[in-house]
Amino acid sequence: MIERFGLHESTFDPLWYTHWALAATLVLPILAGLLGARCAPRRLFPVALACLPILLAGALLVFDYQQAGLLRWQWQVAGVEISLRFNGLSGLMLMITQWVGAAAALYTPGHLRITHPGKRARWLWPLMGVLISSLSLIWLAADLLTLYAALELMGLAAVGMLLLSGKPAALKAGIRYLLLALVGSLAYLLGVALLLGYWGALGLQALAEVVEPGPVTWVAAALIGAGLALKAALFPLHGWLTPVHENAWTPVSALHAALVIKASLFILLMLWSILLPGTLLAPRFVAWLGMLAIVWGGLIAWRADSLKTLVASSTVGQLGYLMVAFPLLLGPSITPLAEALAWEGFWLHLMGHSLAKAAMFMAAGNLIIATGESSLRGLSGTSRRLPLSLLIFGIAAVTLMGLPPSAGFTAKWLLLQALVISQQWVAVAALLAGTLLTAAYVFRVFRYSFDETAPRHQYQPLAPGMDIIALCLALAAFALGLLAHLPLALIQGGGV
Amino acid sequence: MNAAWLPLTTLATSLLAAAVIFLLPEEARRLRTSINLLAAVSKIILVALMVVRVSQGYEDTFSFQIVGGVEFVLRADALGVMFAGLSSLLWLCTTIYAIGYLEGAANRKRFFGFFSLCVASTLGIALAGNLFTFLIFYEMLTLSTYPLVVHSGTAKALAAGRVYLRYTLTAGVVLLLGVVLLYSLTNDYSFASEEGLSPYLNDHRGLLTLIFVLLVGGLAVKAAMVPLHGWLPRAMVAPAPVSALLHAVAVVKAGAFGILRVIYDLYGIELSVQLGVTTWLAVAASITIIYGSLRAIAQQELKPRLAFSTISQVSYVVLGVSLFGPFGTIGALAHLLHQGFMKVTLFFCAGNYAEELGIHRIDEMDGAGKRMPLTSLAFTVGALGMIGLPPIAGFITKWYLGVGAIQAEMYWVVAVLVASSTLNAVYFLPIVHRLWFREGPAHGKGAWPKEQRLGRLETHGWLLWPAVFTALVSIGAGLLAGLPFSPLDWATRVAVGEYLP
Repeated sequence: MIERFGLHESTFDPLWYTHWALAATLVLPILAGLLGARCAPRRLFPVALACLPILLAGALLVFDYQQAGLLRWQWQVAGVEISLRFNGLSGLMLMITQWVGAAAALYTPGHLRITHPGKRARWLWPLMGVLISSLSLIWLAADLLTLYAALELMGLAAVGMLLLSGKPAALKAGIRYLLLALVGSLAYLLGVALLLGYWGALGLQALAEVVEPGPVTWVAAALIGAGLALKAALFPLHGWLTPVHENAWTPVSALHAALVIKASLFILLMLWSILLPGTLLAPRFVAWLGMLAIVWGGLIAWRADSLKTLVASSTVGQLGYLMVAFPLLLGPSITPLAEALAWEGFWLHLMGHSLAKAAMFMAAGNLIIATGESSLRGLSGTSRRLPLSLLIFGIAAVTLMGLPPSAGFTAKWLLLQALVISQQWVAVAALLAGTLLTAAYVFRVFRYSFDETAPRHQYQPLAPGMDIIALCLALAAFALGLLAHLPLALIQGGGV
Repeated sequence: MNAAWLPLTTLATSLLAAAVIFLLPEEARRLRTSINLLAAVSKIILVALMVVRVSQGYEDTFSFQIVGGVEFVLRADALGVMFAGLSSLLWLCTTIYAIGYLEGAANRKRFFGFFSLCVASTLGIALAGNLFTFLIFYEMLTLSTYPLVVHSGTAKALAAGRVYLRYTLTAGVVLLLGVVLLYSLTNDYSFASEEGLSPYLNDHRGLLTLIFVLLVGGLAVKAAMVPLHGWLPRAMVAPAPVSALLHAVAVVKAGAFGILRVIYDLYGIELSVQLGVTTWLAVAASITIIYGSLRAIAQQELKPRLAFSTISQVSYVVLGVSLFGPFGTIGALAHLLHQGFMKVTLFFCAGNYAEELGIHRIDEMDGAGKRMPLTSLAFTVGALGMIGLPPIAGFITKWYLGVGAIQAEMYWVVAVLVASSTLNAVYFLPIVHRLWFREGPAHGKGAWPKEQRLGRLETHGWLLWPAVFTALVSIGAGLLAGLPFSPLDWATRVAVGEYLP
């Protein structure tokens, strides 16, 4: 299992330009962000220009991985060994991060131009840069300390972005998020300290070699698990998620739901597969929570009155699908076929959800900006006036519902097949019920929008590109479903 | 030589048409109409090309990998091309009709965009080369018909849309479960495989039966078999072209076609008989046929009567499938086409009456034959065909089904057929009688509910000619059934391929 996370020796040393690509990947987002604070771009073009080298650096890293296999770096800094590795999974996550990040960045100028948020808005750029950099570091980090630092940095940047909107409700939600994130970090740190004190290994690979099952490992795994579950808004620790998204700016919500919570989930799965390989109970427990999450997330989204709450709540249910796969990824006596299917389905679903959720937040943001109303009722009659935004919402929703042809469907297919092979019928039922629940709340939106008897509003015109970017993300989620084997080829096998 | 581009291009024409229509502004009426017609005509040409290729013995296949062990396959085989031909021909008629019908209405861009998407899905269903691909387009069809059902945006339409989604999405989930179970058992499984699932019969009899029930259960919702038919009568609130689409071209047919695929190309007819599922299917189809006819008699409005008649008629296809023997198969396949032509005629006519004269109820139709002779003639042809009178296409199917039932030694099916024909006569002949032999507003008695003079002829030309054309096709399919490339001939070709591999 840990081979799949690239925690093994590499065959080739990275080439000279690979080092530069790595540096560019990690540093350029911050530099671009600082530049953004300096210039406060109001057009798409400069933002696109700044995103380009970052995307190129990421693509170059993936290309190098395809040529040379696993890439590793190690440095001694003040007596502490820092290690990074780049395998197919890191590459996949890095690409998703950079592309969704670029989409959010491209969306931002139009959004700011229309909403006029004031002077504070320029600080969004550096925070966004730090967020992308720290996320990239999380996918690459191969020791506990780097992981912690990156996680903390990402959390703080996320809180900063959420607070920027400056509304009292946003401040309240943001502070609550900050406190919970700190509690989560603390639990995580405690777990790490326990591991370090007992096994004396910081590097993930070294840790995997020495760690043995026992009370210390279990307590550490529990602490780390709880801390990260809180940060990842896994059911039932998701209470902070909806108010945060309710008040945040659209690109911030998109980034947060698409990437930030996924990072905690990624770390959780990686560390548990080191600490708890082949355990029965913990992953089972997560899976049961996941089934509840699918149902509960669907229900609260169904009951939601405001569009943003609906979109945010659906994240809870969607994470449930991922949690259901835990026993197949970590549990004992799983057939290799089921494990491989679940592994591919897990990451495909994660990627599909990232793209679709970002698209959905943008579409919802566009609808809210255009109608000036945030409630579902306010959408009445939009199918006539805002067909494109609504269509994007629909395309993104197809992925979330797990209907073809979308990444959500292909991922659900893989997960279902894995669950059927390992005969977990309750989980199969939960996954299928998830489709219907998602459809129930998604089509509530459409029912309002198709209402022709609604009074006519004045609609605020959108900036150019705002719909197109969201459409590209939503269509990317479609394409990912049909061409799933291309990205999945990166993470097949042991990451060799 | 494999022309992989052919099925792909055929699919792409309607997808592309949908994309372009969505991109055009609402006001670009002429351009949208031209694109619609251009796409429809070029699709017919492409499908005709496929028919030629299939008759030369080629099966053009396009495929690419989706994930390990699962492929996306489009294959132009005889059965698929048959359904593709039906849907593309009727698409042209329905498009022309819809352009006339929606003249001046709102949201036409949305309507025609999803209309094209809907037909693209139907074509995908026809050409799907394995169950996974079939599932993709089957669900796409569900999603793309929803905006059409709720098109008018009234509370009633929205409620109908909700019911429609409840039925079809649940069915989709059931179908998905069945497909996943099957794939877990057999890996990727092509419709073109010769062997069928018989190697699995001894070890997995129970599982195979379960999968069959799930698959056919999921498909039966769209095929509107009792008791899963509840969505269809409600969906009648949609505009007439949508009803035509639901009943004759796409949705109901997709369900019936799926059942054909499952039995002939997935399980194989022999295996289905060995599993003992066909008898149950025949019983379910018979119940649907009788129940639908009885409910149709009780309806006082024209469109709901036609809707219940569809429920009854589509199950002829399922009935034919479940009879073991070539005649039953030929009857089922031919009826898939014949019912499409006749039912679409009836819906076009019902729409014409509603548009031109404001007629919705059957008792308002007195003497309409004098006011709208061509429409009424077309309606009469459709109605008589539904009853099964020669020389209209419906007769051929009933004849073959009856012979098939006798060959399969299921004599009670003959009784069902006779009873059903009688019931069809009971609910169609009074309408025909009212049209021609009663005196109504056209003879100076009373007034039409809401008369509009839509065109120089008895109604708008775009509304009239499609109905006349499909009526002529219905007669032609019956009269010229012996000629090559007639529906019957093609159905025989498919059936022969099925029984003489």
